[in-house]
Amino acid sequence: MEIWMSIAVGILFAVAVYLILSRSLLRIILGTSILTHAVHMLLMTMSGLKTGAPPLLGEESGSYVDPLPQALILTSIVINFGVTAFFFVLAYRSYLRLKTDDMEEVKRKGGQ
Amino acid sequence: MANNLLIFPLLIPLVAAVLQIFGRSHIRFQRIVGAVSMLLCVGIAVVLVGEVHMSGIQILPMGGWVAPYGIVLVADMFAALLVLTSSILGAVCLFYAFASIGEEREKHHFYPFFQFLLVGVNGSFLTGDLFNLFVCFEVMLISSYALIVLGGTKRQLRETLKYILINIVSSSLFVATMAYLYAATGTLNMAHLSERITEVGQNGILSVIALMLLTVFSLKAGLFLFYWLPGPYTSPPTVVTAIFAALLTKVGLYAIMRTFTLIFYQDMGFVYTLIGWLGIVTMILGVIGAIAYREVNRILAYNVIAGVGLIAFGLATANRAGLEGAIFYMLHDMIIKALLFMLAGIMIGAAGTARLQQMSGLIKRIPLTGWMFFVSALALAGVPPLSGFVGKLLIVQGGFERGWYTLTILSLLTSLVMLYSVMRIFMLGFWGKERPLADEQKEIPDEVYREWITEAGNPSLLPDASENVLDHRWGTFRPKALMASASVLFVLVIAIGLGAGWIQTYIAEAASVLVQPAVYVQAILGGG
Repeated sequence: MEIWMSIAVGILFAVAVYLILSRSLLRIILGTSILTHAVHMLLMTMSGLKTGAPPLLGEESGSYVDPLPQALILTSIVINFGVTAFFFVLAYRSYLRLKTDDMEEVKRKGGQ
Repeated sequence: MANNLLIFPLLIPLVAAVLQIFGRSHIRFQRIVGAVSMLLCVGIAVVLVGEVHMSGIQILPMGGWVAPYGIVLVADMFAALLVLTSSILGAVCLFYAFASIGEEREKHHFYPFFQFLLVGVNGSFLTGDLFNLFVCFEVMLISSYALIVLGGTKRQLRETLKYILINIVSSSLFVATMAYLYAATGTLNMAHLSERITEVGQNGILSVIALMLLTVFSLKAGLFLFYWLPGPYTSPPTVVTAIFAALLTKVGLYAIMRTFTLIFYQDMGFVYTLIGWLGIVTMILGVIGAIAYREVNRILAYNVIAGVGLIAFGLATANRAGLEGAIFYMLHDMIIKALLFMLAGIMIGAAGTARLQQMSGLIKRIPLTGWMFFVSALALAGVPPLSGFVGKLLIVQGGFERGWYTLTILSLLTSLVMLYSVMRIFMLGFWGKERPLADEQKEIPDEVYREWITEAGNPSLLPDASENVLDHRWGTFRPKALMASASVLFVLVIAIGLGAGWIQTYIAEAASVLVQPAVYVQAILGGG
């Protein structure tokens, strides 16, 4: 299972890098979103995908899945959500201001 | 051994920021809260340094959960000294901001962002947990995004886009690295990591993880991967660049120093050599940038990069002298970079432009600033009675002890170029014939102003300037108040130089934890 997850994460990383290297700002933001998805999946995978009950004591199971990475991912998701929201608004603002979403144009129009 | 003092450098600015958000339109209230918070922070940091000096490493397990299970705040001498320095710089920059930032920015939450930035910085210095370090990084970075873009000029927008992108990528890499590290060791507490890695020995996978961490922190610190740095550091107003230059890259450097002295310190011949080379290359590229440009801000931004390189080189020597030198130089560098950016801000205000070609003879208009800049430039280069000397001397000594003769001599040569780059600012800017005030505002045509108004739809959203230069048009800011805050740092630079022997005892204490990580591990896990 970890193998398949690793391959999926690898594909997501590749897609993210490809998108981030493109010229359109919107594609870049999508790329960063996919990058953070990949990273969260990686965190989940690397902490082990052994079967066990959800980490709730009410389940009264013999074994539970590791709760720590879930907390870490939850934290990271929220942080990335905030940053992505800010990034989108920034992109909107710079579209209004610079009248372009092409990064080469942004570079040219941004002044010295 | 829990010491509640440790939470205050985070808690005070946090509470102050929340209060300031509520008092949005009351600028006076915001200023008072900010000033009180910063002064309290300085006081607490002084007490903290005293306590660490008297009774060793202080720890605070959050919520009473003992070390590997809960988050723990740790103050060894290194962290305590950095918290003290960052609090002092925060206070000084805040007072500088009072006199220069402008009402429009003050109304749009400049002060809360400033306080949040300090929460992040202090948290990064004090935390003993890798994931918590990531969170503190993010607190710091998100405030820094807001501080860079606040004002919304075209240039600020462009540079913030770049800055956010590079930081999202590096933060994602940081989380990925932590995933690998957690898989390999099963813990994220730094002391516990150190212990586990000592048990299993440093195998191949851990070296790969160490290199990934080095990449992440190098991106933050501007060590070799600094290509994002000059733009965002030259577009926001002076006070923001001053606090960035002083704090942000140094947090990355602190993380590098902490990681590679506490966690990955075995079998690191390869990585330490790599850090040493990266440091040298960074220094050389930094000084090339510093002499290539003719804009005051940009020259100083490249000097920030060169400083990072030198500190990394000191770390890479990995012996006592080198580490002491790196710590000493880091403290000096934080202060001197903030001071130089502040003085440059006054210069730019007095000349009305950041371009060196358009300024000369400023010594007649602002003589005190001129001589202060001169002495600061000497201190930056490390001329003996001033603060940069001892740090550089120790780093050079460390380099010779390690046997890196060529590299050490190269680092000395870059100091010369560093001196040349800032002296050129002094000679071109202050000497020569006095010129009338260059009014850059003339360069902005009327239609651009009209365009701003129509697109903002609301005159209050209108940026007051097209470039940060214009924030400092002579008369719209208060040079005397600015000089007063800069002179505090100036006195500090002189005092550190003269009282180097006294400070040296604290530095030695900080370095002794770095060379003996077992002390740190013992303090956190042993007492548990």
